[in-house]
Amino acid sequence: MMDVNVVIAGAAGEGIQTVGSIFSVAAAKCGLAVFSWQEYESRIRGGLNSYSIRISTSLKNAPRRDADVLLPLRKEARKKYRSWLNPNGLLIADEQDNTDGATEIFVPFNKIAREKWQSPIYANTIAVGALWSVIGGDFEALQVAVEDEFQGKAETVIKNNVEAARDGYLFAEKSCQGICPWKLEKRPDRFYLIAGSPAIALGSVKAGCRFMAAYPMTPATGIITFLTQHRKECKVFTEQAEDEIAAINMAIGAQFAGVRAMTATSGGGFSLMVEALSLAGMVEVPVVVVLAQRPGPATGLPTRTAQGDLLFAIHSGHGEFPKVVLAPSDPYDAFHKMVRAFNLADKYQIPIIVMTDQFLADSQFSIPDFDVELAKVETFIASPSDFSTYKRYSITASGISPRLYPGQSKYLVTADSDEHDEDGHITEDLDGVAVPMMEKRLRKLQSLRREIRPPERFFMEDDVEEVFVGWGSTRQAIFEAVEILREEGKRIGALHFTELWPLPELSSKEEFFPPKASITIIEQNATGQFASLLRRELVIRDAKSMLFYSGLPVTAQDIRRRFYGRD
Amino acid sequence: MVEISDFYSETPVQWCPGCPNHAILTTLKEALVELGKHPHEICLVSGIGQAAKLPHYMPCNFFNGLHGRALPVATAIAVAQPNLTVIVTTGEGDCYGEGGNHFIHTLRRNPNITLFVHNNSIYALTKGQASPTTPPGERRSLNPDGVTQPPLNSLGIAILHRAAFVARAFALDRAQLKSIMMEAIQCRGFSYVDIIQPCITWDPRPLDWFRKNVKPLDSSHDPADLKKALELALLPAPPIFTGVFFKTTDRPVFGDDFLMEMGVSSLVEPVFPSDKDVLKILEQFR
Ligand SMILES: Cc1ncc(C[n+]2csc(CCOP(=O)(O)OP(=O)(O)O)c2C)c(N)n1
Repeated sequence: MMDVNVVIAGAAGEGIQTVGSIFSVAAAKCGLAVFSWQEYESRIRGGLNSYSIRISTSLKNAPRRDADVLLPLRKEARKKYRSWLNPNGLLIADEQDNTDGATEIFVPFNKIAREKWQSPIYANTIAVGALWSVIGGDFEALQVAVEDEFQGKAETVIKNNVEAARDGYLFAEKSCQGICPWKLEKRPDRFYLIAGSPAIALGSVKAGCRFMAAYPMTPATGIITFLTQHRKECKVFTEQAEDEIAAINMAIGAQFAGVRAMTATSGGGFSLMVEALSLAGMVEVPVVVVLAQRPGPATGLPTRTAQGDLLFAIHSGHGEFPKVVLAPSDPYDAFHKMVRAFNLADKYQIPIIVMTDQFLADSQFSIPDFDVELAKVETFIASPSDFSTYKRYSITASGISPRLYPGQSKYLVTADSDEHDEDGHITEDLDGVAVPMMEKRLRKLQSLRREIRPPERFFMEDDVEEVFVGWGSTRQAIFEAVEILREEGKRIGALHFTELWPLPELSSKEEFFPPKASITIIEQNATGQFASLLRRELVIRDAKSMLFYSGLPVTAQDIRRRFYGRD
Repeated sequence: MVEISDFYSETPVQWCPGCPNHAILTTLKEALVELGKHPHEICLVSGIGQAAKLPHYMPCNFFNGLHGRALPVATAIAVAQPNLTVIVTTGEGDCYGEGGNHFIHTLRRNPNITLFVHNNSIYALTKGQASPTTPPGERRSLNPDGVTQPPLNSLGIAILHRAAFVARAFALDRAQLKSIMMEAIQCRGFSYVDIIQPCITWDPRPLDWFRKNVKPLDSSHDPADLKKALELALLPAPPIFTGVFFKTTDRPVFGDDFLMEMGVSSLVEPVFPSDKDVLKILEQFR
């Protein structure tokens, strides 16, 4: 079985993106499973960044932080990322340098570019040709990927780039002989290679979303960017709002007017949205907010990843009102979760927060099949013909009042952020109106609890002595760690949550956990937020936390090392 | 046929007896009746403040949201359902203070909504603090030595941004107020009317001061003349001029291009991409 991790490293603006994207596409076109993730600094040019591409013959949608092949585009990158290179790993060297002990495949891509092409811009394409040769790919597949990448550019640009790729390919082929162990065989599989942001955008399209307003903030921006650039096909009206406050108020306005609408942001922007989140709770207008997490208070580490906003999301908003918090695990799940988010928001007329993070937003996953029909769109807007009189906030047993929208019929539709009566008018009648109205809204929680899906079980067999628990985008890293540790004889299983609030009601912890198993909650934050939620909500007192908060995505090896290290 | 009785509401009004807000409410109802608008064709949007309570006092669709946030909500409603007559009623604290950023950007967007700012130069609901239009020198609870900042020139800002319709009216000149309201509602694009609404509780100036110092613009003023309009808006007050300062039809209305491109008249019309369309977009990732 092939499982190769290739790391391209260099400065921002140097072409890592181009090299990485050509290489990933070429591998995907050969039918291999590709998983890529990036870590970068918050700057436009300079700094040192990496693009990791994991290529395997079986699905491996989890990051690795070690390199079988390292391609540094400049000397400084070689220095910084040298420690990632595995003992048997290969380094593609532009300049020979044997002082760090790496096994080098020498391809002077900068020199070739200067001498043959009189232009440094071809260095990247030469490098990607070399990389492709090192892992034993067939040139034609690379050619298609190069043509794809430069699609729309002048004929000569495409031709020259194909040739430059061939230069690198042939040069490396010679140096590879006897060193490179790989032969990349074409396979019949065809995966979708997609990151979280476009998957979320398309999930919302499927869900019938027609309006999105947002203010740019990494790592949430990819969603509105995708919808805007594909507006002809997606048919979603998008607007760059003046700030996050306007963005969410616009989404609420559109929803009030009967249109499925959303917004997306990161922590700082979400802070600004919280006022309106509470408004949505009070006026009972559905709204979907994607909260793409990044580490740190304030502006934090803008381009890094974290799961540090969980309790903030769950407790967001002043006053008490029901809401739902979801956290998809990968792009496929994210696609489906968006449909679920819009359905739930519509059904319960509440705000829904979909939590992602930089890792999920930017990483490309291989998805075998996109069953788009599986996600069923359900709408809950009432029919005016069902009423002889209409009150927007009628008190009901379920807490859900039938919803019409203005302009739909002669019935008047109201929304009031003040406490209000069934007609939506301001009230100061505390016992007669305010109390029953609060209770009406909160009654929705009872059925919501039953609707929330239980966690996914992974190897939860009778022999399990320890359960790893995780949520959101760390799913694959945790599952891969379980696989590795089980192969090493450890009796471990895992539970993974993608629906976090409200948590399902449990009479005893045994409903989820084997009676004697110890529990380790793995998350990417410094205070064990999910652990404290489980302790509070699910009568679990004795859970341990395994926490990662460097800003890099957690890997299976990180978990494995920590597992052994704690003994 | 719509009649004034169609706009009768049972909700008790919470404004001070004698407040010019009552006159604004009555005039708005009359303007809507004269325009033949039915309550269900109207959507009032407001924030928080005394002025922002207006939607509760007449039957119609309404969204009474957060302090300062009426404009983004109204903008989205107008794009989603262009057939609704979307009117924002708000105070100057709501619109120029808390909502100042939205005011500026709504001017840039030019959505098809009408904005009536009940400008009483005071934060009335929170009991008399200075607002962005309180005259300098006036002593307020948080300005014991008198307001030092100059008042916001909201008309100037709106004219500079070439809003579709920029006017000022006086709550106690109901004939002029009605005709300005009607013209504003009929005008496509962002119509903005600053309505002088003296506060009978907190303003030290008596109503007669306003009757003397509020003056209609000279009838020769041509609202197509941006330079002249701006000049008038920059004149020191008093006198406080009322009338239509500026008007233009040459700005695209926010959202029109999208609706046209999609071939729909509102966003609630179901033209969702089908599963097949979604799969087609996904194909580019394979
Ligand atoms: C976020 C927020 N801040 C402050 C308030 C308190 N508040 C309510 S009304 C108001 C001022 C309203 O002034 P204005 O818009 O001029 O309306 P008026 O009451 O004078 O008609 C303020 C500050 C609030 N409701 N929400």
